[in-house]
Formats: sequence, C-alpha cells, structure tokens
Amino acid sequence: MNREQAGRLLQQHGAVMVLALLVLAGSLAFDSFATPENAASVVVSSSFLAIIAIGMTFVIIGGGIDLSVGSLFVLGGVLAAYGSRHGPLAALALPLAVCGTVGLLQGLVIARTGMAPFIVTLAGLLGVRGLMLAISDEGATTYLVEDRAFAALGQGELLGLSYPVYVTAGLALAAMVLLQRTGFGQNVYAVGGNEQAAALMGVPVARTKVLVYVLSALLAGLAGALNAARLSSGVTILGIGLELDAIAAVVIGGTLLTGGAGGVTGTVAGVLLLGVIQSLINQVGSLTSAFQQVVSGAFLALVVVAQRLLSKAQRLDTGGPP
Amino acid sequence: MDPVLEAKGISKRFPGVLALDGVSLALHPGEVHALVGENGAGKSTLIKVFTGVYAPDGGELSFQGRPAAFGTPLEAQRAGISTIYQEVNLVPMMSVARNLLLGREPRGRLGVIDAAVMNGEAERILAGYGVETDVRRPLRTLGVGAQQMVALARAVSVDARVVIMDEPTSSLEPREVATLFEVIRRLRAAGIAVMYVSHRLDELYQVCDRVTVLRDGRVAHTGPLAGLERLTLISLMLGRELDEVRSRGLTSFTRRRAGAGTPEPGTERAPEPRMERAAEPGTERVAEPGMERVNGQAPVVEARGLTRRHVLRGVDVTVRPGEVVGLGGLLGAGRTETAKAIVGALPLDGGRVLVAGLPLRGGSTAAAIRAGVSLLPEDRKAEGIVPTLSVRENIALAALPALARAGVVSEARIDRVVEIFMRRLRIKAASPHQLVSELSGGNQQKVLLARWLAVRPKALLLDEPTRGIDVGAKAEVQALIDELAAEGLGVLLISSDLEELVEGADRILVLRDGAVAGELSGDEVTEEKIMATIAEQPPEQEQPPERGRPGEPSRQGARPQVGERSHE
Amino acid sequence: MSERAYRWARDYGVYAAVLVLLLFNVLFTPHFLDASNFRTQLVQVTPVVIVALGMALVIGTQGIDLSVGSVMSLAAALVVLYLGYGWLPALAVAVLGGAVVGAAGGALVAYVGVQPIVATLALLVGVRGLANVLVPQLVEFRNPDLIALGGSSVAGVPVIVLIAAALTLVVLFLVRRSTFGRQVVAIGGNRRAAELSGLPVKRVLLTVYVISGLLAALAGVLATARLQASDPTSLGLFIELSAITAVVVGGTPLSGGRIRVVSTVMGALLMQLLSATLIKHNLPQSWTQMVQAVIILAAVYATRERGRR
Repeated sequence: MNREQAGRLLQQHGAVMVLALLVLAGSLAFDSFATPENAASVVVSSSFLAIIAIGMTFVIIGGGIDLSVGSLFVLGGVLAAYGSRHGPLAALALPLAVCGTVGLLQGLVIARTGMAPFIVTLAGLLGVRGLMLAISDEGATTYLVEDRAFAALGQGELLGLSYPVYVTAGLALAAMVLLQRTGFGQNVYAVGGNEQAAALMGVPVARTKVLVYVLSALLAGLAGALNAARLSSGVTILGIGLELDAIAAVVIGGTLLTGGAGGVTGTVAGVLLLGVIQSLINQVGSLTSAFQQVVSGAFLALVVVAQRLLSKAQRLDTGGPP
Repeated sequence: MDPVLEAKGISKRFPGVLALDGVSLALHPGEVHALVGENGAGKSTLIKVFTGVYAPDGGELSFQGRPAAFGTPLEAQRAGISTIYQEVNLVPMMSVARNLLLGREPRGRLGVIDAAVMNGEAERILAGYGVETDVRRPLRTLGVGAQQMVALARAVSVDARVVIMDEPTSSLEPREVATLFEVIRRLRAAGIAVMYVSHRLDELYQVCDRVTVLRDGRVAHTGPLAGLERLTLISLMLGRELDEVRSRGLTSFTRRRAGAGTPEPGTERAPEPRMERAAEPGTERVAEPGMERVNGQAPVVEARGLTRRHVLRGVDVTVRPGEVVGLGGLLGAGRTETAKAIVGALPLDGGRVLVAGLPLRGGSTAAAIRAGVSLLPEDRKAEGIVPTLSVRENIALAALPALARAGVVSEARIDRVVEIFMRRLRIKAASPHQLVSELSGGNQQKVLLARWLAVRPKALLLDEPTRGIDVGAKAEVQALIDELAAEGLGVLLISSDLEELVEGADRILVLRDGAVAGELSGDEVTEEKIMATIAEQPPEQEQPPERGRPGEPSRQGARPQVGERSHE
Repeated sequence: MSERAYRWARDYGVYAAVLVLLLFNVLFTPHFLDASNFRTQLVQVTPVVIVALGMALVIGTQGIDLSVGSVMSLAAALVVLYLGYGWLPALAVAVLGGAVVGAAGGALVAYVGVQPIVATLALLVGVRGLANVLVPQLVEFRNPDLIALGGSSVAGVPVIVLIAAALTLVVLFLVRRSTFGRQVVAIGGNRRAAELSGLPVKRVLLTVYVISGLLAALAGVLATARLQASDPTSLGLFIELSAITAVVVGGTPLSGGRIRVVSTVMGALLMQLLSATLIKHNLPQSWTQMVQAVIILAAVYATRERGRR
C-alpha cells in the first residue's frame, strides 16, 4: 500500500516538488536568480501560458485534447485589438464570443460524431489560423490597441506584478473550485475516467464534453486578448506551438493524458516549471533558448513514462495477492 | 403481493437470432430471484431489457404496476432499477466518496460541494456494507470486492426498488461473499427485490428464494428454489431432460456412436492413426506416471497445475495426438481461461505447460504456435478476425512466416493454401478477396479454423467452435474436428453444448469453480455423468492440487466416484 | 448516401478530386500546363509525400507520429554538421538520427505502452529543440553534391521527385508484398487477434516508427538540399499536419487496419493542387487553410469506421 500511496503523491505533487528543488538549486547556483525582478519576470511571462493550460487541464481530464488553443490565442489577440476601437468592453467581448463559438463547434462535432478530439481540433487549428489570416489581410495588418483602459489591463502593475498575473491567479482559483467543488467538475472527472460508467451514473456526457471545449477556447481567447493589451497590438505571428507547451505543462503537472485524473495546481506548477527552466537556461547564458525545448521534451517523456509505469504498478496492486 | 417488476411475453430479435421469445417473469418486493441459464440463453438480453439498454420488440414491461418503457439505462435507474455489473461500472480514478455520491454531493455555502460532509456521509454509508477505508482514496486502489460494495451501496442508496446483480461474486473473496449475502438479506428485509444472476449453484441455494431458468430465449422453469434438486436445475439449464439424455444424438460427429452408451472398442469407426483409442479406456483409469509413454503416444499437450487467482485452481490437462478431449462445466468454471493459459495468452500465478514433452515459455502466444499449439478463441469478433482484411489475408495471417521467403510473401503459395482450405472447409465467400467482416458467422469461424490449420499445429484448442453459427456450418465444423483428430491432431474441445461435447470428445474433463471436478472417459462420457459431476457438492475445503507431477491424477477423490456410479 | 456510393467516394474520391482540379486548372488557369509549373508543384510536395508514406504505415497500426517535422529539422541540422565528411556520410548520419528518434517513439509506444500521440508529442518538442541547439541559426552550405541532389534533374524530372517516386514504390511493395506489411495492417485491424495469432506485435510497432523516422529524416535532407541551407528552426514545421491530411484524404482510416499508399500520395497531390489553384486564382492563403480544415474533417468523417465496436 505504501508504494501505491507514494506513487499517488508523486503523481499529484511531483511537479511542485521538482519546482521547489529547481528554485532552490537555481538560488544557490546563481546570484541573479532569486531576485524579485527575476521572479516577477518568470511569473509574468508564464501567466498567458497558464491561462491556456488551465483550460487544457479541463479538456485533458475530460479525456480529450485541444490542439486549437495556439491559433485561438492569436485570433483572440487580433480580435481584441480590432475590437478595442469600440471600447474596452468590445475588446474583451469580441474575442470571447468568437473563440467561444469555435470551441462550441469543436465540442459539438466531438460529442456528436465521435470523431477523435485530436483530429477535430487539428482541423480547428488550421481553420482558426485561416480565419485569423483572413481578418488581418493575410497577417499583413497588425491592429493596434486603441483603447487606453483596455491596454491598462495588460500593462498596469500592482505591487510590481502586472495585472495579467492577478487575472491568472484569480482564474486558477476559480478553476480549482469549479473542478473540485462543483457538479460540472465532478462530471469532467467522471467522463474522462470512464465515459460509459459516467453515462450510467447519470452524467450528461455530451454536454460535459461540449462545455469543456468551450471553456478551453474561451480561456485561450482571453489569454490572447490580455496579451494584445500587454503588447498594445494584435500580433499575428505568435502562438505557434503554444498548444504543445500547454499540453506539456498539463502533463508535467501530473494530469493523466488518458483522462480522469489531475488538477489545476499541478498545471500551474507545470507552467512555472517550464518558466523556471527557461530562466535557468538564460542564467547560464552560454546555452541557447532552444535548450529549453530539449529539457521540456525530455521531461515530458520522463513524466509520461513514469505515469505509465505508476498506473501499471497500481493495476497490479489491485489484481495481485493482498 | 403485486410484483414490482414484471415482464409479460417479452420478445427481442437480433439479425438472425430470436434472443428472447415470449419471456414472462415477475419479480416481487422482498424476494431474491435467481436468473440462470447458459450462454446464449438470453439472460443478458433480458437484463438489458429491464435496464433500458434494449427496447423489447414484443411484450410488455410493467414497473410498480404501471406499464414502463425505459429509453436509457439512466431512465431505468431513476425509476428505481439499479444494476450491479460484473465489471464494476464506476470511475476508477475518482475517490470512493465521489463515486458513491456523484450527482448528489452535499452542498455547503454558495452551492459548492462540501468535501468534509461528503466524505463523512460516504463513510457512514459504506460502514453498513462492511467497507472501512479512507473514502478519499481513488476507487481503483480498493480490492475488487470493496469496489463492488461501493457500486452496490451507490445502487441501493439511489432509492432502488429493484437491484439486478450480474455475476456479483465472480471476483470476490469468500469473506466478501459473506458480506454481500448479508447485504442482500438486508435488502430483502427492506422489501427490495433482488435479481441475482450467477452460475455458482451453491450461492443460489444459499441466498435465493426463487429461480427462473432461461434456455434458448424462453423460460424453461420458474419456481421456488428450495426443494429443487441440483441435478434437475442443471438439466433445466442445459436443456437435457434426464430421461432423454440417452436419446439419439443430433450432432455430426461420426466417431462416437450415436446413443453414446458403451462403445465397444472394436465397433468404433476409428481410422488407422487413432488405433491407440482402442486401448484408451483402460489407460485412462490406470493413470500412473509414465503410463502415457507405455501407451506409445506421448501427450502433445500436458498442462500441470495451471493456477491464477480467482480463475484457475490447479488445472491439469493432457491431450494426446489423435484425441479429442472435451472441457465441460458451466459458464465461468474456467474453461476458456484454461485454454488461454495453455497458449500463453493468460498470465499465470503457477503451473506449467509442456508441448510434445518440451516446456513452453509462458506468456508468449507466438512460442506456443511455434511449438504447435493454437487456440481458436471464443470471441470471434474481438480476438479472431481482422475485420479490415480479406478472407485470404485472414487465413494466411498466422502462417505468414512460412508462406514468405526473406520477408517477401509468396502470393502463389498463399493462393494455394487459401484455395486448399477454402475448398476443404467449404468457405462461402464471393472471392478470397472479400472482406472477412462481410461473411456469415459460420464462414468467419471456418476462416479462423483455416488460419490455424495453415500453420499445421500438433494440437488445436477450440473454444466454443460452433457457437453462434448456423446449423449447416455447425455440422461441417463438427465433422472437421473428427477428421482432424483422425489425422492425428490433438484437440481440446470446449463447448457449452453437452451433446456436442459427449459425441465429439473421447474423454471429458469437467471443470467447476476453476478446478477439475472430474474426468470422464470411455463409457462414462455421457451427458448424465457430466451433469452429475457439475452438480456434486464441492468439498468444503479443497485439497490443494498436486503440482508438477505429470501423469498423476489430480482429483483422486472425484474421479473414481463417477466411474463407480456408472457401473451400478 | 448509399453504401456503394459511400465506398466509392472513400476509395476513389481522392482520384476523382485530383482529376477535377486538374481539369479545372487546364481550362481556367493560364500557364498551368507549363513544364516549369508542373515541376515546381511536384518539388514542393515532395517532402510531404515522403513523410506521409511513413505516416500511412504508422496510422495503419492505429498510431500517429507527431514527431516527423522535428525529425526533419534534426536531419537538416545533422547533415550540415557532418557535411565535412562528405555528403554521403552526412546523409547517413542524418538518416540514422531519424531512425533513432523513431526508435525512441516506437519503444515508448510498443514496450512502455504510452499513447502514440503523447510519445511522439514529447519527441516533437524535444527533438526540434535539439536541432536548434545543434544548429542555432540558418546555415548556408556550398557542397556541390548535396546541392545537386536538391536541384538537378534527370530527363527533365527533378531528382528528389524521382526519389519520392522510388520510395513510394518501396513502401507500396512493403505494404503489398512483405510479411511485415501484412503484419502492420493486421495489428492495426485487430491487435488482440494479431497477438493471439502469434505476430511479433511489439517488434512490428517499433519498426513502423523507425521507418517513419527514417523517411522523415530523408525528407529533411532533401528539403535542405533544395534550400541549399539548413534551417532547423522552421524546416518541417506543421508537416505532421500535412502528412496526416494526405493520409486521411487518401482514405486510410485513423482507426487503422488499412493502408492506401498510392492514395496517400494522391492525397498529398490534391492538397498541393488545391493550394496552388487558390493562389493562382488570387485567393489568399487563409482560404487554403480553412478549406484544408474542412477537407480534413470531411475525410475523417468519411473514413471513420461505422458501427465498429
């Protein structure tokens, strides 16, 4: 039993532990690492990925995957900048409405036709990118954020941290409550853990699936909008591969890619872990930033193998002699 | 008292099969009602009609006195019919408490789930089911028995009037079974109707009040269980009237004389390679170490002490060349598992397999096939055919290495092999290139037989080779089994069809609860004897089976008994 | 749609679509029939074709390989790093690198039991990083042999197109005539049945991913040769999407058990032709992507196994 409990502990809090170790090692090794400035820069640069990864957490726990979030992030930014001509409300409402609709469509296709989420959201990735290019004259037009109030949402600071950090923290807290303490959250776990059983237990499977993709798309759009506010423009060339970073963060955070288990805390830790790795690589100086990809790729592989072995061991525990 | 759930003349038809044919059954409040029947009898279809998975084609369903039509399992559940499935149908990775209370979690302030209250409530509920555990643990870290209790607790706590249990004890420890029975008795006292589906006769007699026997989609018997003899119950399930057991057979086996009484060794139409069968009845009884070799024919398959928790308890099987060994017993007795264990498709806790005298490396089907033993699996669709490939490719699949040179397949050789077997087995397909998934069940089965014959095995394990195929194909397959044995192939035949078993097999091992309950040979091979062996009360405490001593009879107690009675 | 019409569309739809597009272009696109235009189109589609051949094998086993684009970039990096030893050794190292990445993914899938999409996702992230570490920015090279490999033609047909054609024949042979090919589709069609039939399931799975890695690396070298520069940062980005699209549009179901090699090549040609047509008629790139999205969905919807357990 002890081994099983240790495995569970590692699965749920492994990312936090590694994060703590890494921060400790970084502080000892580099004088410029454990400074408020560096900490703030890690947190700020991680906040947008964190928002996307929170949405991805719901999708993956629910047994799916969403490859369209990178494109939705860019689309959200372009739409927010475009909408900011009509005031801060439009700047937020426009991307949320459009991205939410995309999420709704993807969710409906996945829930109704039974097509693989990965292929549907892959098409979403392409289609949304096309849409983004279409409204930005093939990426040639960069809309500038014209509304001061909206720009302040991305640029304003409180206690040395920019507003998006607080937004992210608030969203993370809300997501934790949603996932752990509401019927919807329970439904997400149940659908991802055993869809058939969930249906027999009275969970509205199709509705849960659709909602999960809507949530993910909304958060991706919101992250894009906040990023546009921060940069004062809807940049069209960002966001490539962002979905992969988000998935990596979620998985590193201990959420099972097969669905049914995981949590927001782990995801936030996973995002910060990626940020700290990036920061450490910057500290070393002699390493290119590409090194970060190698580390996160290796880390991802490691986590996935560990998860697989843990789940094998646990299954044996229930089937073997007592 | 009025029945709480009643079926009146329910019929359900599937393409080519009438699964339920006018089934009527009444379930009363406060009774434990056993539902029994062999594979294909219609049990699971009936359960699915009760629980809203299937809509009946004919007949009426009434629940609490009103006509009922459940569109989905959820509707049935909401109405008050809960089902405990054989495989626990909960969410393994969620906590015990969350599983138990999913959908009706206690809310605290702001309408948010109150975890402390939820866990407390879960603990309180489960205590009544003998489950004492940390309810925050993921469900899957519990033993299967405890998981089943959680499922039961959930089912009952959603205000069930009827609880249907499908094989609830199949993976429980004796202690857990006792707890389950206690819970069932409590349900009965509370006026809840329980439908109990099981193949374990002991359990039925312990806990059930009434029994309904289904056979071939019809009700063969309904009545109180007390006073119903075991043997009668089994004969009802297997569809053999006791007095008629000795009547003429209807299968296409030609080797064993119809009217399987006492075949005189000399009168048998045994072709030349099976001459050793003449001496067989004698050797069977004198089963001392080394006797097989004296007999001239070393066993082709020799399995000793096959053991796997909950499934097999020290099963010994010996198959000699040219011999058809039948494996009998009720569903769930471990027949399929024995066959799978022999070919290495089922991980074992103990035991070993020798093929032609050489030990087989466990856990590798490929090694078993190379050694010369192949399994025709029971589940044709899930484990047999490759639906996306043609008849031709399906036949050639296992023999590919032999039909290729340097990794390049020889189309001509494949064509030749495919043609030979399609003709020999009379496989009806538009062409060898037709998709196998488009063939009838019988022809699919023949394709699979051809796949195995193409690798030229020394022994073939056939798991329900004629189930679900039409009469013509059935006869052909049975005749083929004869032919193959005549050519010297060792055959292990698993069948729920007693007639097929008796007429097809030279010798029969009867399994009960994962162990060999008896071995019948020679003139003991009768339907009556098989049923008698199944019906025997198992001894309170089974002797652990002797392992690793080839040739030694493992059930010295059970076997002579059967033999003696046949001479009375 | 009737069953027959549906099957016809699934099996021959891609050929019909290519034909229709060709016809349309012949009638309405000026200079479409020029040899140079044809050559450009073919050269452009070559990497996708080569990668898609490996992808078809992987998808045939009910798997997926997302790492192919990163393998291309790694091959591009390796080939310039080792160009000093001559173009052939450099090519050998690059292809070997691809095989190693494929083996890593295959081992994760076959022996550890990780889902293909996750195993190859980790490689996608990590391997491109590795390529970027090895060659941080675009490097031009002047090896005449490698440049010739990318630029020369035989009888008017570019060498890399000939190579792609040859590889198509090799994979076609593998699928149609080799024991290995039969085993691949059997495993994809019913893994349990394949295991019970004694097939070396794990070994075959591993090999499939190795082949996919090999082909992707080769595509990376050829693309690099044509560019006359190694560009690990952007080479092969999103090619996994194009390759999956080609396979799916060609009628190979994502559920495995069936591999259509020639149709996969046709699928790649169709997508190339489509984007060329849209561009030639002054429709923006954004349209291409949206149309591509719709075609992927339609193809997957059409090839999904209906009524399969």
